[in-house]
Amino acid sequence: MAEVRVQEQPFNPAAEQRACAIGPDVGAVVTFVGHVRGSEGVEEMILEHYPGMTEREIARIAAQAERRWPLLGCRIVHRYGRLRPGEPIVLVLAAAAHRKPAFEAAEFLIDWLKTRAPFWKCEITAAGRRWVDARESDDRAAARWQEEPPR
Amino acid sequence: MIRLVYFAWVRERIGRAEEAFDLPAGVTTVADLCDRLADGSEAHAAAFAERERLRVAVNQDHADWSSPVADGDEVAFFPPVTGG
Repeated sequence: MAEVRVQEQPFNPAAEQRACAIGPDVGAVVTFVGHVRGSEGVEEMILEHYPGMTEREIARIAAQAERRWPLLGCRIVHRYGRLRPGEPIVLVLAAAAHRKPAFEAAEFLIDWLKTRAPFWKCEITAAGRRWVDARESDDRAAARWQEEPPR
Repeated sequence: MIRLVYFAWVRERIGRAEEAFDLPAGVTTVADLCDRLADGSEAHAAAFAERERLRVAVNQDHADWSSPVADGDEVAFFPPVTGG
């Protein structure tokens, strides 16, 4: 069973990995950690989400990954609220017996999370604030995995 | 009665995060609902002006303009998501 957490407080990627990737059958652990980029004068980021739907949608995505790959561990942690450049914002972790399913599942998880989980980024700069626009490249990345979205 | 919830710039344009709404007779889809809300106030009309920039969820599942809406539902309007 995947563990999904949506939280305001920071997380520790190393501790998440230790907690998830246990057991003698685990031969590969792939962890992706997304950080807040400070490019284009971004001083701070405010992340809004849809409490309730966020957890449900991420759980659906994780369940889909578990159906598609033989995972021995799966964990997704996503922050909301105020974040500063350089801070970790999201972690996805996939553990499996071998590296290929672990790599593929981790990539699938972050690709689908970016296009389906109800989060919205608002960037704060010296000039003011702006809502970040969705990127077509993210839609293409998610579409690569082809299969129908989770229901 | 349905519950409407708004996020990001949709929330800002409408000026509130949520509201209750009496579903009028004849409103059966998300598209109908959107038309009715836009007729009701300038703020809603401004938020719903460019529908291709909006996404919708019904009862916390992704939905589309043709999705059915019924009494008791929670309907959310928001921009395309930008998490991760």
